[in-house]
Amino acid sequence: MAQTITQKIFSRAANRKFVDPGQSVWLNVDVLLTHDVCGPPTFDIFKQEFGPNAKVWDPSKVVVLPDHYIFTANEHAHRNIDLLRQFAAEQGLPNYYDVGTDRYRGVCHVALAEEGFNLPGTVLFGTDSHTCTSGAFGMFGSGIGNTDAAFILGTGKLWEKVPESMKFTFEGQMPEYLTAKDLILQILGDITTDGATYRSMEFDGEAVYSLPIDERMTLCNMAIEAGGMNGIIAADALTEAFVKARTSKPYEIFHSDPDAQYHSMYRYNVEQMEPVVAQPHSPDNRATVRSVAGTPITKSYIGSCTGGKLTDFRLAAKILKGKKVSVTTNIVPATVLVASQLETEMYDGQSLRHIFEEAGCSIALPSCAACLGGPSDTVGRSVDNDVVVSTTNRNFPGRMGSKFAGVYLASPLTAAASAVTGKLTDPRDFL
Amino acid sequence: METIIKGKAFVLGKNIDTDQIIPAEHLVYSLSDPEEVKMYGKYALSGVPIDQAGLPEGGVPFVEEGDFASPYTIIVAGPNFGCGSSREHAPFALKVAGAKAIIAESYARIFYRNCVDGGFVIPFETAQPLNKSIMTGDELSLDMENNTLTNLTQNITWELRPLGDVVNIVQAGGIFEYARKNDLMASSEA
Repeated sequence: MAQTITQKIFSRAANRKFVDPGQSVWLNVDVLLTHDVCGPPTFDIFKQEFGPNAKVWDPSKVVVLPDHYIFTANEHAHRNIDLLRQFAAEQGLPNYYDVGTDRYRGVCHVALAEEGFNLPGTVLFGTDSHTCTSGAFGMFGSGIGNTDAAFILGTGKLWEKVPESMKFTFEGQMPEYLTAKDLILQILGDITTDGATYRSMEFDGEAVYSLPIDERMTLCNMAIEAGGMNGIIAADALTEAFVKARTSKPYEIFHSDPDAQYHSMYRYNVEQMEPVVAQPHSPDNRATVRSVAGTPITKSYIGSCTGGKLTDFRLAAKILKGKKVSVTTNIVPATVLVASQLETEMYDGQSLRHIFEEAGCSIALPSCAACLGGPSDTVGRSVDNDVVVSTTNRNFPGRMGSKFAGVYLASPLTAAASAVTGKLTDPRDFL
Repeated sequence: METIIKGKAFVLGKNIDTDQIIPAEHLVYSLSDPEEVKMYGKYALSGVPIDQAGLPEGGVPFVEEGDFASPYTIIVAGPNFGCGSSREHAPFALKVAGAKAIIAESYARIFYRNCVDGGFVIPFETAQPLNKSIMTGDELSLDMENNTLTNLTQNITWELRPLGDVVNIVQAGGIFEYARKNDLMASSEA
């Protein structure tokens, strides 16, 4: 029987030849990811349910990457880091990336890729909704809560309903003013925030395969904004080269069968698309940047698992080189590696960091920072009636801090162009 | 498990996301320390813009200023309840505040799993949008055996969608209780 790539990965993880959409199966989990917000309560549940001296099912498969509330004076946030440290020591977890040491990495979804944990064909669950980011490697990645994560810690298994799949094909050559962020915001406007609930979102087409790995991650990252269980892009030579440069672990590449069944199929020609934003207060509230151009903003924010990766900053630098920003502009690299790349990556003879500093941006240390508001002393947190243009993933009321602020989700090109003018600006005005 | 849940309705709109259910700045509190746990009750649904809280009139806080629990036990909402982050703190906060069930047109996957697997609140689905018919403060009675919801204030009864596959986990009280009953944890018990 024909299967989609997600069905094939489920079949492998459930030791079956075939799985049907709608059927619930028990999956063997390859990696469990957690962080400082959801790790401590997950460990509490684990001890309560499996006993105070219980051991996790496989220490090498548990990855703990603190990233949410790192650079804050909040004592409760510090306590959460202490609890992670303690559990990692008790359990002898080799993949704990401690804060304040040279092992600290930053935003978990990006670090997971950098550290070679993303392997085609595998099953990843994480206590964070953006765990779907890893689907860019032709694997299944999905977010879960603390209870489910505690269950995996003890058993290495979790039940999941086999999803139906939706296919999104992007044809054509990517124009220089368009990014993966524009593609996913376009989809969100078309299918809305529950358009893919309990389903898999599969991305395909020559435009998708022309994207660098970190842009593919952006596409999969926001599958959850449509309610998707996972986003997925089958691995190609670029994926394999990325993986092999970081790990020697085995993997298996799956592709959807040509006659696999889909819930629905969407086709786009990227050459006919244009830069878009999601207006306050929902990721599906799409508008072309041109149609809202001129809207005054008070802040520009370039960061997070969605929009704080190397390609995001390369694109922003293209616009910001030799210009000055006219509103507060926060540059928040997702990880320590991305932060170091800002120093080493050159654009037109200057490092990205130099370009941002000359433009008047403020560069923060790598973490989730204000993407989700965070404690009151978080860098870039929105205040009062801020109007923010942001490369992050959510613009729900209060998401970046103030309940009275409005957030426009945009590509790094649009966020950079708008930072220069102080109002929403189509990047084509600068390219 | 109780088969009848009775209580006052708290009515909300559509796409109630987890940042509205429990704003991210409050996620630092312990979910096991009894004193800190109260904070989740205090801030449950505190991110909902006040004009959207307690429909149809709005302007009704789920938890009164200074309180740690809500007078409302059944939440009624439109589609896509619980969208957004994976934070289990969301259904936990609703439970701590005193909510027992949610009646919504649909749920986001992770929130739904968290409600069921954690045994916090029971997520029922309705075929029709009841958040336009039910008013905040109406007395409701939810019959889990017959899958019906009665509005005692307005004297109307509606059918609820059966819980389906997850009914066994709901009845057990969560994934761990379910797994123990079905010997699914045997291989890993220390």
